[in-house]
Amino acid sequence: MIYLELFLGFLKVGFFAFGGGYAVIPLIRDVVISHGWLDDEMISYMVALSESTPGPIMVNMATYVGASQAGITGAILATSAVVLPSFFIILLLATLFRKVENNRYVKVILGGLKPCMIGIILATGIMFIGKNCLEGTTAFQVNRLNTALSDIQMNHKNIALTVFLAVCYFGSARMIKKGMSPIQLIAASAILGMLFFA
Amino acid sequence: MSMVKDIPAVTADATTDIMNKLTDLFLTFAKIGLFTFGGGYAMISVMQEECVNRKKWVSDEDLMNVTVMAESTPGPIAINCATYVGYRQSGMIGAVVSTLGLIIPSFCIILFLSAFLSDFLKIKIVADAFRGIKIAVGILMVDAAIKMLRKKTFKPVQRMILAGSFLIMLTSGITAVRVSSIAVMLTGAMVNLVVFLTKTGGKGK
Repeated sequence: MIYLELFLGFLKVGFFAFGGGYAVIPLIRDVVISHGWLDDEMISYMVALSESTPGPIMVNMATYVGASQAGITGAILATSAVVLPSFFIILLLATLFRKVENNRYVKVILGGLKPCMIGIILATGIMFIGKNCLEGTTAFQVNRLNTALSDIQMNHKNIALTVFLAVCYFGSARMIKKGMSPIQLIAASAILGMLFFA
Repeated sequence: MSMVKDIPAVTADATTDIMNKLTDLFLTFAKIGLFTFGGGYAMISVMQEECVNRKKWVSDEDLMNVTVMAESTPGPIAINCATYVGYRQSGMIGAVVSTLGLIIPSFCIILFLSAFLSDFLKIKIVADAFRGIKIAVGILMVDAAIKMLRKKTFKPVQRMILAGSFLIMLTSGITAVRVSSIAVMLTGAMVNLVVFLTKTGGKGK
């Protein structure tokens, strides 16, 4: 029963997909390989494709595997399964949180979690920009040690575009009241990418 | 008679209001979903702009809370945020509509691409566009962190936790020694709790 298998397989992915993004690739790999839905080559390709299409990687993976195994019904089932666990967990937490948000200990714990999260996001962002600016590494590369240090070079085009976009984005926020919105930045970066790297 | 006539009119108005709200939620999250590149962190900046600044659906503090929840539970941050904001705005149905809105663009795109998948990434102009988008994604991650830093004032202990987690993640990234962000967050929560308990002697104020 392929429908049930797809549903249960991706339910498992959804339940254990802590960390999000690239941290879940090993888990997805386990599930799709054990069912024989994708091989390693196809997984690498899907990771690359997910980078170039909008949407979280596990949703993209579920949609693709579902569609390739059992058509549109399969795609809908697998995608729902991968989303359901986090959907209900967040609903539960949102309801619980209202009741405990003024509790002293909850506040203290959140007070420790929040600065941590900001530190993690800042570090991830800086790493990401750094990898974009260095040749021989890929921004989305999973195994970073594959590249020998001597292979790493400055990628001048990427550095130039990073500086230009950062100046436009942060500069416009200072000069004009509204500034450039994040969505406008993404759109501009896509258009500039097409012109600049051509 | 007029009373009886009034009631359906009012109900119809309320229904229209709810429908408008749900449509707004759906379209806003579909727009966000269309621009969800490069995983969750870059999306926080987009959420800040759309849900806090523009629509004023949730506060900065709320968004930070849900980001913490998202980071400590399974599932992509963007989806977690959509579910939470939708729920806060229109309850269960709002949560469903917002989450669907977020997923549908990528669902359709992947479904469409799965028909001629192997050629998509070989198109030069597509590859170039996404090389550009990767750069924007990095900038947006840093932007999300900066915005959060600006909105919040931290105590000295919290500043140390922030600096510590930043350095640990950065070192882990450079040396390729994998450190799970959940472990780092748990440590941060523990440190803050222990400091609090030590200060108050376990009794609180």
